Amino acid sequence: MSKDRSMVLQKEMIGDHFDRLERAPETGQKVVYTFVPGNLTELIRSFDALPLLPEINALQSGMRQKSRGYIAEAEKLGHSEDVCTYVKCDIGMAKTGNIGPTGTRLPKPDLLLLSYTGCYTFMKWFELLREEYACPMVFLHVPYQGDGEITPEQREYMVRQLRDTVIPALEQVTGNKYNEEKFRAAIARSHRMEDDLVSVLHSAKKRPSPVDAYFGGVYYIGPIFSSFRGTAEGEAYYRALREEVEERAALGWGPETPSGRLDNQKYRLVVEGPPNWTSFNDFWKMFSDEGAVVVASSYTKVGGTYDLGFRHNPDDPLGTMADYCGGCYTNRNLPGRIDMLVDYVREYAADGFLINSVKSCNSFSAGQLLILREVEKRTGIPGGFVESDLVDPRYFSAANIKNRLESYFQMLDARRSPGAPGELHAK
Amino acid sequence: MKRIDIVAEARALYEDLDLQSVKRWMAGAPGRKAVGYLPVYAPKEIIHATGMLPVGVHGGGDQLEIIRGDAYYQSYICHLPRSVVELGLSGRLDCLSGMLFPSTCDVIRNLSGVWQVLKSGMYVRYLDLPQGQDLDAMVAFWASDLKILHQDLARVAGVEVDAEALRASLALYNAVRETVRALYAARRDTPERVPSEELYLLSRAGEVLPPESFMALAEAYLECVRREDVPARDNSRVVVIGAFCEQPPLGLIKTLERAGCYIVDDDFVLGNRMINHPVSLDGDPWMALSDALVRDAMKSSIFYEADPTGKKRLVKERAAAARADGVIFAAASFCDPALLDRPMLRAGADAAHVPSISFKYSENSGQFQQFREQAGTFSDAIKLWGGR
Ligand code: SF4
Ligand code: SF4
Repeated sequence: MSKDRSMVLQKEMIGDHFDRLERAPETGQKVVYTFVPGNLTELIRSFDALPLLPEINALQSGMRQKSRGYIAEAEKLGHSEDVCTYVKCDIGMAKTGNIGPTGTRLPKPDLLLLSYTGCYTFMKWFELLREEYACPMVFLHVPYQGDGEITPEQREYMVRQLRDTVIPALEQVTGNKYNEEKFRAAIARSHRMEDDLVSVLHSAKKRPSPVDAYFGGVYYIGPIFSSFRGTAEGEAYYRALREEVEERAALGWGPETPSGRLDNQKYRLVVEGPPNWTSFNDFWKMFSDEGAVVVASSYTKVGGTYDLGFRHNPDDPLGTMADYCGGCYTNRNLPGRIDMLVDYVREYAADGFLINSVKSCNSFSAGQLLILREVEKRTGIPGGFVESDLVDPRYFSAANIKNRLESYFQMLDARRSPGAPGELHAK
Repeated sequence: MKRIDIVAEARALYEDLDLQSVKRWMAGAPGRKAVGYLPVYAPKEIIHATGMLPVGVHGGGDQLEIIRGDAYYQSYICHLPRSVVELGLSGRLDCLSGMLFPSTCDVIRNLSGVWQVLKSGMYVRYLDLPQGQDLDAMVAFWASDLKILHQDLARVAGVEVDAEALRASLALYNAVRETVRALYAARRDTPERVPSEELYLLSRAGEVLPPESFMALAEAYLECVRREDVPARDNSRVVVIGAFCEQPPLGLIKTLERAGCYIVDDDFVLGNRMINHPVSLDGDPWMALSDALVRDAMKSSIFYEADPTGKKRLVKERAAAARADGVIFAAASFCDPALLDRPMLRAGADAAHVPSISFKYSENSGQFQQFREQAGTFSDAIKLWGGR
């Protein structure tokens, strides 16, 4: 598959970051493990520490066909076949030498920063890693949007924990004092990156869409969801990405996909749920071969719902972190998730809605069948449902998924024929 | 009351999936209402302080045929939410004026949203139990949340928020927990006199009865236990860990004891004794209840363990407190909290030389042969090689 300039740029950034991580024991830079949803990258980096995200390592291990062995290793050690495969992939990797996805050795954490945002498993994952590494851990409880909002009390609770617990822990581990000016400057950069990302995501409203907002989307969100939010490289990346996408749009080009450039877009889909990583390109190809482009996805909002208007605000550094954490996609309640998906279908004029339900993730998956019904009911378009897993190849049944997708596309075709009952509204 | 009658009453309540007992209580006076809660911990005191009856919703066990619930949950999600949805969609929970969903795990968390959609007329609230290490912040946060909950429930009940009424409820539930602990102590000290099946049925009765009625039933039971002498068997003493949310079928509990394992401590219906000591009746009652949960809750998989050695020590401490010979890790299939915790707990058991076995179950498991064999072999091994 031909690579966009931005993809090459991103690869270099990631390579450099892993090199820095590998050298951390010599350079003395402190390493903070944390999660994508609710990550506090600007804060971590303002202490000159390096963030490391085990979820990203796990998904990369999946893409590089390493996860099967890691999961087997963890299961051999007594981890249940029923639980999240990211956790097992990470533990298996740690137990077999901790060689990261780019082939470099990963440093041990100096601190586990457990931002408890939108996923119960996070808590257990880091309790397990604490046993593994015997290192300090700090906990930030991010309340869930049970009633569809973050209340002032919940916000204050997060700010208080950031001020009284998280910052002192970072000061202690790094030996550096909290530097608010540096922190604010990074937040201001994040704000600009977020503007650029949103412009890229919104470009999918065009026909043809110059982007694929799910399979391509996972590349677009890479830097901002991981270690680069608030960094100069991150800012340069998003500027370049935006320019690239604007160029494509001006030329009337679709995105690069495993089936080539997808200019002729037969189906515009909204997708809910994370992708499968072990057969990522094969999975994508099942869509692109059929001329299906994803115009909006929920997965690309797990690390922040910028397209809904949120921007990091340098004038209120701790408050903005609280708002950010509280707003991440999996921290929103089910009715809120349904509203978002329904709005996507309408705003992006989609003609299909599809769920990829992954076995690993109760946070995403529990309740998805209700989401399917509700989105169908409210938009009048038929929903599709496929099942797979994140990084456990045993749960990716290519033939089965392909069959289901083909039938789904046929169903969309049938509805599209003139005069068919329920002809697609988005035409 | 005779033991047989007490147990029969408790069993009838356990089998009462239509909540007839709750409806009878409601019919006892005009305007009475009831509010349900999911496992594991919910602040029943707040419900009670508004004059409403707290009702534990623990799934359908092996008595409920799932007709609609399966259409809402994929095969790789535990059984509890599908039976709760079944109970809801079949109208069995319609007598409840509200439902509380504590932050036990992401399945129950998301079930709160499912309920908001399916039962849009009902009061539904997700309870974000305090987590973490900043205890003062957690107490303040949870107390403020309890106040909001109290205001909401007072509105549902049609009463005013009343601090004195809450204080009275705190005192009452202090007594309830003392009663539960007395039952557990009786079984721990004389397991031959307190079969786990009976203790379990009583615990479940406590989830639907008004607190005073539950205490009267439990007191009467304890009276029988004190009176009746039962010869002890040469059984092993075990703690069952991990069955705190989706409940094992009654047949499974019986099977373990029949296979030669006296259960001397467990996690069943854990919320009824989650707070260790009496909640203070002085000062702000919301703060007191919050403080008790934050600083004095039992260790469990649903809460963050701030002490790095805590998970390792837990099994050893529980086994020692119960004078147990071994531990059975019993988790509902696909139960994240129990199964993610298990490797840590098991490592602690191994390090302390506490023998253990593990298995998974579902609330509607119907075949117990495999459990019988596993527990029987375990009990024999303990007897042969010695426990801790
Ligand atoms: S359960 Fe889901 S959100 Fe949580 S770690 Fe696993 S994949 Fe991520
Ligand atoms: S059984 Fe486990 S996974 Fe299922 S709802 Fe209960 S705690 Fe959650």
